[in-house]
Amino acid sequence: MLLFYKILRVGVVTEPLALGEPDVIEVAREVETKARRLLGRAVAIREVDAGSCNGCEIEITSLTGPVYDSERFGIHFVASPRHADLLLVTGPVTRNMEVPLLKTYEATPDPKVVVAVGDCARTCGVFRGSYAVVGSVDAVIPVDVFVSGCPPEPADILRGILTALDRLPQRKG
Amino acid sequence: MTAAFVMAAAQGLLALFLAPGVVGLIRWLKARLQNRRGAPAWQPYRELRKLFQKEIVVSRNASWLFHLAPFVVFASTLMVAVLVPVLAAPLPVDRIGDLLVVVYLLLLGTFFLALAGLDPGSAFGGMGASREVTVAALAEPTLALAIFALARGAGSTNLGEIAARTMADPLSAVSPGHLLAFAALFIVMLAETGRLPVDNPATHLELTMIHEAMILEYSGRYLALIEWASALKLLVFFVLLGNLFVPWGLATALTPGAVATAVGALALKLGVLAVAVAVLETRVAKLRLFRVPELLSASFVLALLAVTSSFLLR
Amino acid sequence: MAPELLLLALSVASYAVGALAALIVRGMAGRALVAVGALVGSLATLALGAWCLATGATLAFAAPRLPLTGLALRADGLSAFFLVVVGLGGAAASVYGFGYSAHYDGRYSLRLLGAMFNVLLLSLAIQVLADNALTFLVTWEAMSLSAYLLVLVEHDQHGTVRAANWYLAVTHAGFAALVAAFLVLAGGDMTGSFAAMRSATLPPATRNVVFLLALVGFGTKAGVIPLHVWLPMAHPVAPSHVSALLSGVVIKMGVYGLMRVALDLLGGGPPWWGGVVLGLGAVSALLGVLYALMEHDLKRLLAYHSVENVGIILLGVGAGLMFQSYGLPGLATLGFIAGLYHTLNHACFKGLLFLGAGSVLYATHTRNMEQLGGLISRMPRTAACFLVGAAAISALPPLNGFASEWLVFQTLMGGALVPHPEAAIGMAIAVAMLALTSGLAVACFVKAFGITFLALPRSAEAERAREVPASMQVGMLVLVGMCVALGLTPFLVVPVLSRALAGLGGLPLTPIGFSLSLPFSVSGVTGEMSPLLVGVGVLLLGTLTAVVLRGVADRRLRIGDTWGCGRVGQTPRMEYTATAFAEPLRRVFAELYRPTEDLSIDFHPKSKYFVRSIAYRSEVEPWFERLLYTPLLSALRGAAVRVRQVQAGSLHLYLAYMTIALLALLVVARWSR
Repeated sequence: MLLFYKILRVGVVTEPLALGEPDVIEVAREVETKARRLLGRAVAIREVDAGSCNGCEIEITSLTGPVYDSERFGIHFVASPRHADLLLVTGPVTRNMEVPLLKTYEATPDPKVVVAVGDCARTCGVFRGSYAVVGSVDAVIPVDVFVSGCPPEPADILRGILTALDRLPQRKG
Repeated sequence: MTAAFVMAAAQGLLALFLAPGVVGLIRWLKARLQNRRGAPAWQPYRELRKLFQKEIVVSRNASWLFHLAPFVVFASTLMVAVLVPVLAAPLPVDRIGDLLVVVYLLLLGTFFLALAGLDPGSAFGGMGASREVTVAALAEPTLALAIFALARGAGSTNLGEIAARTMADPLSAVSPGHLLAFAALFIVMLAETGRLPVDNPATHLELTMIHEAMILEYSGRYLALIEWASALKLLVFFVLLGNLFVPWGLATALTPGAVATAVGALALKLGVLAVAVAVLETRVAKLRLFRVPELLSASFVLALLAVTSSFLLR
Repeated sequence: MAPELLLLALSVASYAVGALAALIVRGMAGRALVAVGALVGSLATLALGAWCLATGATLAFAAPRLPLTGLALRADGLSAFFLVVVGLGGAAASVYGFGYSAHYDGRYSLRLLGAMFNVLLLSLAIQVLADNALTFLVTWEAMSLSAYLLVLVEHDQHGTVRAANWYLAVTHAGFAALVAAFLVLAGGDMTGSFAAMRSATLPPATRNVVFLLALVGFGTKAGVIPLHVWLPMAHPVAPSHVSALLSGVVIKMGVYGLMRVALDLLGGGPPWWGGVVLGLGAVSALLGVLYALMEHDLKRLLAYHSVENVGIILLGVGAGLMFQSYGLPGLATLGFIAGLYHTLNHACFKGLLFLGAGSVLYATHTRNMEQLGGLISRMPRTAACFLVGAAAISALPPLNGFASEWLVFQTLMGGALVPHPEAAIGMAIAVAMLALTSGLAVACFVKAFGITFLALPRSAEAERAREVPASMQVGMLVLVGMCVALGLTPFLVVPVLSRALAGLGGLPLTPIGFSLSLPFSVSGVTGEMSPLLVGVGVLLLGTLTAVVLRGVADRRLRIGDTWGCGRVGQTPRMEYTATAFAEPLRRVFAELYRPTEDLSIDFHPKSKYFVRSIAYRSEVEPWFERLLYTPLLSALRGAAVRVRQVQAGSLHLYLAYMTIALLALLVVARWSR
């Protein structure tokens, strides 16, 4: 009972999503209008860790928490890429994860959107030039939106996802 | 007579269109209990609409069974929704299927879904199928005894009869037999519909999945049908819990006033049960898989007590 | 001549022709003649049974000149019903057998197979018509011996001879009990006719003894736990169409005999008779399916399911006996109807499943599920037939297994009306056990069908499998049709059964309405359902959904790899195995199974951190043999050794024995004057 008393006392703690820095989010490809309209209100996200240090993952897990609450935008995370519409990819793509990433992309039904999270996903970050990485995510699968940061804030990741779906009022910055 | 059949079809359709809303309501309540804003209660409708417009990707190892299963699951669950007393009882459609038919139609869906999990040849599917049939098999005795307890009171397994008999004898609704059977059936509902503490519907860890693991290969409209059927199954169980144990509000005559009252009563009962499930899911953690038989044995004991007490306290 | 006698003569002649042809004609012509003989005979039997059921005609035939008490035949409702079962099972098996026995040509004795197959069918047909004890016992023994010889056909396979020996031993122990039962029942009447037994009045203690002896005797044939040990040994090693016949028809003779003796000849008895049968039925059902779950030999799994289904039949029969003793004839009729309906249904779906397993064996030469898989694309028609059989045995609506299980449930729920709370609670527990059994049957058949037919083939033999010849497919399709028909039309079957049971043991004719639904109100218990409308409803809704989706939803489809977390490639080793599938249930019921596990890890000699190989072996061995039969057999052997000392070898001792025996006989004869 103490639990429910505490829940009632704390109340809803979700913060409204602010506008944020415009140059953190880069739109690489225009998402098809049809896809944007279809996925506008209900998106299933499959997160793929293509060799990241898990710093981005920690930020992504906060997305489903009470403060950032991605669910209020109709976003939910799924286990199988067959159920997914949006792939959230982190990490410089390592050699071992190149084929799995490609297979995940192929396993996702159309229409799909790819959002690459973190500096590693865009430019391989601090791991650039290593013998173990293949290249940025864009080298393996077509990316629609990049979210920079090492790691990016959860609010930025959320803004990046919503930009990919054309749900943010300001898109170009 | 035709009015009655129209009523049966209408209540089936009503159940079909309410089902995602009930699931959405539970999700919204859980979000609020987690101090989050959460998606509105009609979010599952948007998800279904999106899924119907998506492409299907099918494994090359899958056979015709994979394509058939979603339709069998959906059709059998919808048939059950037509048979249960959603709005009105008794109806002539009660004579087509009684409570035993309902249980076995749901089992038909489970059978095909488990086979569809094995079809693509993935280990996840096999694991999900194996766990799902285990839980379904262990929940059967409790279901049968709960049906026995209800049928004994009404002298029949006919759904309309059971509801009518409880309405005619209000005191029987608070008899120990009824209350124990309600508790047992509530636990079975949690097991059969894949709710905490038996199975977490929102998990994405495959090794913790039971129901979800079977449908990992499905996408697009097939997935939509299966998700819808699963929501409908939850609603059917809610209707059984609500309208068989607390049948007041059901329309006994097919007049507009009675039907409107029935809709209101249904909404109220669904709301109460949704709140109960949401609060329970917030309070308890998921049970380890091999603890689930213990939970189901506890529900079996409750059902057995329900039956024995209904004999001894005749 | 009356049509019944004509049909009987036709069937006897046809079986005889088939048996002779097997011995004389060789090759494919021989096989064809065997099949035709068996088929015509079975169809004649089926027609005879159906004719008698439809018109209510009773056949009566006697040949008293034959030795001892002579041959006496009579067909009443119960016999006619079992004639239908025999005819149906025989017809499907004979058509299937034509194609199946082709791969025995040159390897095993086709003469033995063909001849004994026809002899078995003949003895089954005559047995249900038997009207005196001698006819019954002679045909019973003929049935057992021909079945024994059929089990021995594949004599060089591993385990066949042992299985056949067990079968022979247990069936003869049962036969001894039956002879004793009939002797006591006849009570000095040397003709041993059933009519005389019916009208005789015996003291209650004698009736109890007869009942128990009959229960043991017929229980060994039916495969009731704990007398079932021969069943999972013998049925898998027999040729598949023979297995279908054994499981579908021969074990039902145990049910026939029990009903004949307990209900007809004894006319019912005290409530504990029904209670014992009910209890044995519940235990058989549950243990049968639990052991079936652990099997990965396809035919052994099906054999254990036969034990389970005999348990379900006995639930109905036991409930019927119990209700009769409590003076509730309507419910009693319902119980017997449920038991008989399940008998017919089981003959259909178990026959179908064994024929399917036989097709798999024919195509892949293995019964081991762990080496199969992927057969649904290589043997599509067999797979579809097996799926129907699996759905039927799992009691899924609208197929026949559901119709009869629903009736059994309704009967048991009628137990609420019994005045004694112990009986009522016993029936409630039986309901729970029946529900658990049917849930576990679903689990078992998801495993059996899923591992055998779905996903990728797990061995080269499975990969090379091809569809079976047409005659085998026809045999299976006939039974598929029966499964569907019997499931959709209980409103036709139930009135026929209630007419067949009328008059037996004083049961009244329960009027049952002829409508699309299956309603009955039997003194306080009402239940209604219409599998036809349910089936039509589900089909309609499914088709409607498909049509609506075609118009509304996206139609794109892409073929891709199975999702495996992005790994490269997929091999059959990544699929679920049968053992893994049943593992959660094995854990849940570990106390019952007492599985033995053996794990041996072979480490690298230099370091314990490197493993060279791991071997895991787990076995679930039914403990009946260990706990029950081994002590019994060693006690018997010990007793036999002691008795052997009587045979000392000395001529003087033997003369002394004879003198003492003669003197004792004279004294006894003088005393009983």
